[in-house]
Amino acid sequence: MRDVYLVAGGVTRFARAQPRMDFRTMVKEAYDLAMGDVPELKPKDIGMTVCSYFSDHFTRQLMAGAMVQDYLGLCPKPSRRVEGGGATGGLAIHSAYEAVASGRADVCLACGFETMSRVSTRKGNEIIALASDTNFDYPLGGFYTAYYAMMAVRRMHEFGTTADQMALVSVKNHGNAVHNPFAQAPARLTVEDVRASGLIAWPLTRLDCSLMSDGAAVAILCDRETTFSITDHPVLVKGVGAGTDTMRMADRPRGRVIPLPHERAGDYRGLRYPGVHSCRADRMAAKAAYAQAGIRDPREELDFAELYDAYTSAEIQAYEDLGLCRYGEGGSFVEEGRSALGGDLPVNPSGGLLGCGHPIGATGLMQAVFALWQLQGKMKEHLGSRRLQVRGARRGLVHSHGGTGTYSTVTVLERAG
Amino acid sequence: MKKAQPPSGIDPIIIKDHHEIDYLHSYAQDSPFFAGLSQGRLLGTECKGCGIRYATPRRHCMECGKETAWFDLPLAGRVHTWTTCYLEEPFHLVLVEFRGVDTLFLSRLVGAGEGEVKVGMRVRAQFLKKPKFRATDVYFVPEG
Ligand SMILES: [Zn+2]
Repeated sequence: MRDVYLVAGGVTRFARAQPRMDFRTMVKEAYDLAMGDVPELKPKDIGMTVCSYFSDHFTRQLMAGAMVQDYLGLCPKPSRRVEGGGATGGLAIHSAYEAVASGRADVCLACGFETMSRVSTRKGNEIIALASDTNFDYPLGGFYTAYYAMMAVRRMHEFGTTADQMALVSVKNHGNAVHNPFAQAPARLTVEDVRASGLIAWPLTRLDCSLMSDGAAVAILCDRETTFSITDHPVLVKGVGAGTDTMRMADRPRGRVIPLPHERAGDYRGLRYPGVHSCRADRMAAKAAYAQAGIRDPREELDFAELYDAYTSAEIQAYEDLGLCRYGEGGSFVEEGRSALGGDLPVNPSGGLLGCGHPIGATGLMQAVFALWQLQGKMKEHLGSRRLQVRGARRGLVHSHGGTGTYSTVTVLERAG
Repeated sequence: MKKAQPPSGIDPIIIKDHHEIDYLHSYAQDSPFFAGLSQGRLLGTECKGCGIRYATPRRHCMECGKETAWFDLPLAGRVHTWTTCYLEEPFHLVLVEFRGVDTLFLSRLVGAGEGEVKVGMRVRAQFLKKPKFRATDVYFVPEG
């Protein structure tokens, strides 16, 4: 396998609705931003495209990926679509990585979008819930916030995680987004604001949940030779890992923790894993990505992480499954400010999904773009302020979820220049 | 003669488009479960090979791939986790655990007020008198 580099990325501003742009023009805007960053790279150099969008119900246009390809002027080169719920963008990065690593393409464009404004929020929730078993789960009137809420309740029971600790994730991520001009939901909040914002599914309130958005993002991945001929700020894709778990939370085993390199099998005696309090797919994804990246202790060897925080509880769960702290310590991890900007391991310095919005197919790419700019030291150039720049960031992690942790992707990125 | 240029600064034109489909949704291998609900039975499946008992039926075992056999779940269980949904009228969702069964079952909980549902709470299955052949044909109520 060849080394693969992330060389450029672009995002549109995320917003509740962008009726002036359809999915093609949104992707074009993000694409132009990315290409503008590497002027020596020409469209003719792009070997193939991976297009990322979640729902045909939102788009109401089948083969939308093919239409993006022609709109960008990239026909007749190969293109494909990938889909995996909230992990769609993460999977697109992996698919592009594989295209370059295998030698099939020297340059691969990963582009993604979602146009969620085309339906009401209520209908949107219904459409997203179709990503749960339609025999047993969907007909109960459940929706994704409820599924994550049930995971949060079990986590509260198992580990003592509190609703206030979850609210702190919202305070942190919305607060970071204040300095991100691409963000949909910048806000200076208090824990009280979050708790008082109205229950959606106990214990999750409106401000514990990310928003439906319109938006697009793209990332360009290249082989070594191309990379070093077009950029002075290369970022190496150091490790990729992915995992799965059952679609129905009801089916998940209650077995043993899969240890990461810095943990021992006996560390969590008595903890029945993953149950519905944790995500085995995240563990698998992290384990593989750390192995490839040569990471022995993620607590020491990562400078920041962009984690999947569609719900505040999911960020806390991810701290633990990715080994950023021990199982059960995720709540205190945020409470002690360790995941804050300026903490030991800043998490979602960009504002995350909570702060930036969650146009599903664009989300994982958006996370990678912000991680790229962090590692390139270009947050000020792109965001207009240095406030979100993690100083001296050399290595970062990007993580995404589909379903209730049904698909998971982890990508480790490292500054290479 | 100069042709009029098309207006470029106009607001996007938005139309409403309706989309409706009736699906013929077959429960296929899960059909015995739904037939069971109409008879007041809650059916799980078990693997005779490795002994795993599934509360939400799976026709094939996730561990060994063998075809499973149907069995009657106990109608009483405990709340493994829960939430109360506030989309309109609040309602409770629960994942129910059963003694001696390895996986859980998602259902609605009826007859408990807001703030009254707890992990570990004893619950009992009830069935709709007139089945609709949906997962909501069974629901749980607090026991005793
Ligand atoms: Zn078996």
